Amino acid sequence: MKIEVAQGILSANDQIAAENRATFDAAGAFVLNLMASPGAGKTSLILSTVEQLPGEVHPAVIEGDLASSIDADTIAARGIPVVQINTGGSCHLDAPMIRTALASFPLDGIGLLFIENVGNLVCTANFALGAHLSVVVASVPEGHDKPYKYPGMFARADVVVLNKADLLEAFEFDLDFFRRGLEMVNPDAPLLPISCRTGEGVEGWVAWLLARLH
Amino acid sequence: MHELPVTQGILSVALEAAQRNGARRITTINLTIGDLASIVDDSVQFYFDILSKGTIAEGAVLCFRRQPALATCVDCGHQFPISAPLTATCSACGGTRLHISGGREFFVESIEVDDEDRGSAGDFERE
Repeated sequence: MKIEVAQGILSANDQIAAENRATFDAAGAFVLNLMASPGAGKTSLILSTVEQLPGEVHPAVIEGDLASSIDADTIAARGIPVVQINTGGSCHLDAPMIRTALASFPLDGIGLLFIENVGNLVCTANFALGAHLSVVVASVPEGHDKPYKYPGMFARADVVVLNKADLLEAFEFDLDFFRRGLEMVNPDAPLLPISCRTGEGVEGWVAWLLARLH
Repeated sequence: MHELPVTQGILSVALEAAQRNGARRITTINLTIGDLASIVDDSVQFYFDILSKGTIAEGAVLCFRRQPALATCVDCGHQFPISAPLTATCSACGGTRLHISGGREFFVESIEVDDEDRGSAGDFERE
């Protein structure tokens, strides 16, 4: 006998992600899921963004890493509330990990919560966390072919931030080729070149983000 | 390597569906997986054989129905199937602006179950 199921493989995760979303909404926190390769500049983007936030928007960070608290320590040193999730061997955060973290991390008064996912351009795309925005951070040294090689990740982005844009020339990065690759799988996601090092483009990104918050 | 949690997802979706329908044994699990969904069939079957031990899905065969992604050329409208790494060029006119749709399906379509002793007598029904 055949039984029709038609159910998503990760529906259990999706269900908890929906519950996380309800928790965020009840607390009035706008939540970003930052996904990128290792070293693209997720932590740098968080720090650069926080520097330019208006005083009334209180940020917090959930840090996901295989191991260590290096990133969380960097964030905490700036006086930003942060909780570290060590995934052990797991290559991505999932919705239950976020739910567990939230249990000991009150969101009272937090307006903007960054979830820094594990550095990985494959696995993180499949696991919803309940965030309001999926932010993919690409970076120039990774090369301009990434949207062609990792279409699943770029297709899922609500916005793509291209970090280290001060190095475009040095890496002979073909921005038009990159943009076409992104548009191929995701014509709606804006592409925002920035440099966390020089500050170029950060203001525009923060303005774009704040417009989503209201 | 997210095939492990993916396999756990497949197993639990299948077991729940079987339980809802009072099935005794799952023989086949039919999956629809898009070509861009970054799932390796062999790896999933490998994990499945380990995870399903001792459940009513032990020994079940996983059938992967691969769903290709479709590229549409913005310039000439030509459509062709495509998989990663994506090409940047239309196979008909050489245009370099393409739109990709589909290929990200990721679900359990159906299960096939063995329920031969079901309904033969109420006595055999398990709680």
